[in-house]
Amino acid sequence: MTPHLAPTAAPWVALIPLLPLAGAAGLALGGARLQQRFGKGAVGWLACGTVGASFALSVAAVATLLGLAPDDRLLVADLWAWIHVGGLQVDVAYGVDPLSAVMILVVTGIGGLIHVYATGYMHDDDGFWRFFAYLNLFTFAMLTLVLADNLLLLFLGWEGVGFCSWGLIGFWHKELANTTAGNKAFIVNRIGDFGFVLGIFLLFWTFDAAGIPTLAFREMEPRADILNQARLWGVPVATLATLLLFVGATGKSAQIPLYVWLPDAMAGPTPVSALIHAATMVTAGVYMIGRLHWLFALAPVTLHVIAVVGAATALVAATIALAQNDIKKVLAYSTVSQLGYMVLAMGVGAWGAGIFHLLTHAFFKACLFLAAGSVIHAMGGEQDMRRMGGLWGKLPHTSRTFLIATLAIAGAPFLAGFFSKDEILWQAFSSRHGHVLLWLIGTTVAGLTAFYMFRQVFLVFFGECRADEHTRHHLHESPAVMTAPLWILAAGSVLTGYLGVPHALGGPLGVAHVMNDWLAPVFGGYRPVAGAGQPHGGELALELGLMLASVAVAAGGVLLAWLMYGNRTLAPERFSEALGGAPYRLVLNKYWVDEAYDLVFVRGTLAVCRAAAWVDTRVIDAVVDGSATVVRGAAAIGRLIDDWVVDGAVNAVADVTWAVGRRARRIQTGAITSYLYVVLLGVLGGVFLWWSWASAG
Amino acid sequence: MGEIGITHWVVLSAILFSLGLFCVLTRRNALGILMGIELILNSANVNYVAFARYADTGYDGQIFAIFVIMLAAAEAAIGLAIVLGVYQAFETIDVDATDRLRG
Repeated sequence: MTPHLAPTAAPWVALIPLLPLAGAAGLALGGARLQQRFGKGAVGWLACGTVGASFALSVAAVATLLGLAPDDRLLVADLWAWIHVGGLQVDVAYGVDPLSAVMILVVTGIGGLIHVYATGYMHDDDGFWRFFAYLNLFTFAMLTLVLADNLLLLFLGWEGVGFCSWGLIGFWHKELANTTAGNKAFIVNRIGDFGFVLGIFLLFWTFDAAGIPTLAFREMEPRADILNQARLWGVPVATLATLLLFVGATGKSAQIPLYVWLPDAMAGPTPVSALIHAATMVTAGVYMIGRLHWLFALAPVTLHVIAVVGAATALVAATIALAQNDIKKVLAYSTVSQLGYMVLAMGVGAWGAGIFHLLTHAFFKACLFLAAGSVIHAMGGEQDMRRMGGLWGKLPHTSRTFLIATLAIAGAPFLAGFFSKDEILWQAFSSRHGHVLLWLIGTTVAGLTAFYMFRQVFLVFFGECRADEHTRHHLHESPAVMTAPLWILAAGSVLTGYLGVPHALGGPLGVAHVMNDWLAPVFGGYRPVAGAGQPHGGELALELGLMLASVAVAAGGVLLAWLMYGNRTLAPERFSEALGGAPYRLVLNKYWVDEAYDLVFVRGTLAVCRAAAWVDTRVIDAVVDGSATVVRGAAAIGRLIDDWVVDGAVNAVADVTWAVGRRARRIQTGAITSYLYVVLLGVLGGVFLWWSWASAG
Repeated sequence: MGEIGITHWVVLSAILFSLGLFCVLTRRNALGILMGIELILNSANVNYVAFARYADTGYDGQIFAIFVIMLAAAEAAIGLAIVLGVYQAFETIDVDATDRLRG
């Protein structure tokens, strides 16, 4: 978004996120009845219809953008005032610019295909309507995330996808492992979100201190200098804020150290894996960095951190993927690795390259996941690649689309992955923020990727079928509703690459880099990062050389996979048992990261909890019990006083009265005569007294 | 000594009183006690009449004496009723035997 552009009001773009929301609401409230009365078809039509309509609107939005001058390409739908407090004005406002346009096409397009696929995949599930309610809600949240016009609304979508991923990963909630995986995804994401929230606070705090209380991207971007000048604890706010925001990105986009949730998230149904790990949620972190690229560009330190984290994640995840035997786990670690590429691209300031790889990856990874789902579907739920093999002829559509997507991700020339990956590698090498080591890691990962993906292809589709008789008997290709999306995605895995033909190849032929031109108003027009643009003539040979190198490395990976798992002339044991088997066990057990986290964080938390419980029971309860004992002691003393002093006084009065009475009653003899004597004596005594007194007087 | 004067009457009255008192104190029979009381009352009457005769105070003394006689009659009625009640309760009128109010 350039500072001087004039946004075009287009309220209808708000329908893009709101239609899936309406679908989600309808399915959540009336889905069960709909499914009961009209069958699962009606539910599927409703869910796919809303996303399909959103896709149509997204295409219309892109067409509208194309009709505008490049610098004016912004459609805004300001729906209503959301939070107006003091000077702060946050609106529920959606904006479509070229970057958002790419994202909504990915989310609604690929998301829509996954919806269609899921109507086939989930057909036998009783929770059919619930599944699609979640899917629609997820689509809404992701669209809100990418269309939000301010950070707060973006955060709403950010949290929304986190919530929906929890619901979808744990969708088959009757097994504890699935819900645990859902919880893990949610909790790990929350850790990242914590940093993200702090980043938002810091940004708002800084802008507010400068007298501009705002969170809207369009208002923040032209005033980015405020962030550059402001300092907190001697560190530029821009650096601090971007680091905090990047913590959020490591959670959502599954980077070190918060990538651990993603492989476990394979517990969800396969369409969920495709939706979360290919098209939507995991790209949120990359998109967020792209959206705030002007901010990250101010913080070279953060960019270095991002680049290193991205490269490290790509490498670590790729090595783990080498030894996995679960068909979806390989793809999961592959996703983490590919996200590492995107983050690496963002870290070297190659925003366009990162988004371009996001786009191509969305196609081939969605295709891979859905094809893997088709395989699992055909194998009756089997996910272990060691019990597959020889499926090439039995699943013609699945196997061919899987192979195309594998070629794309492995970087085979002239497929989508080749263009986007090589652009990232080139930028990692040549950008001002790049480094030859980053390039080296990226190229190594390209080789590893080619190896583990083709290992998967050979294990699943070629060689002997290692399934048991029963499973082999029931092998069947999936219905058209599942294979059609596969073919569309496979076609995308090839064709999307031509949106970003590198200058070194396309330039001489006059083929434009469509992606770069399209995103230029967002990334290129304002505050460009040096080196992130077009390579210059003198570097042409170098770029072509690097490209050949990475293709050669990838070809080497494919060749190795062929030797080990294709014609099996090279026993895998030669590698797994090298150096005493230690490196193999290391990657097979995923570097024991989960165990380490469990030991340090989970058990640490539990230990802290136990200590707190001990303090609670032994100290706080003891204080309470002690005070109770003191009160009881005081009460006992009070009782003694009551018994002995108060009651004693009362009893003493009674006793004295009684004793006196006992003695005094002797007077009452009951004998009248004695009374008369007393009377007589009294009278005589009285007379005597009177007489002595009178005589004395 | 010669003429009978006030002194004789007072002495007579004192003797009557003493006899009555002695009777009251010594009798164990309830009726005897009642009789002693009559003597004491009559000694008082003697005094009234005698003092009225020798002191010039009109007929006050005689009137008081008549009151006392009347009162004695009432007292005797009540006393005899009590004695009857005592007899019904104790089947005796020996005052030494009726000591149920002993403390």
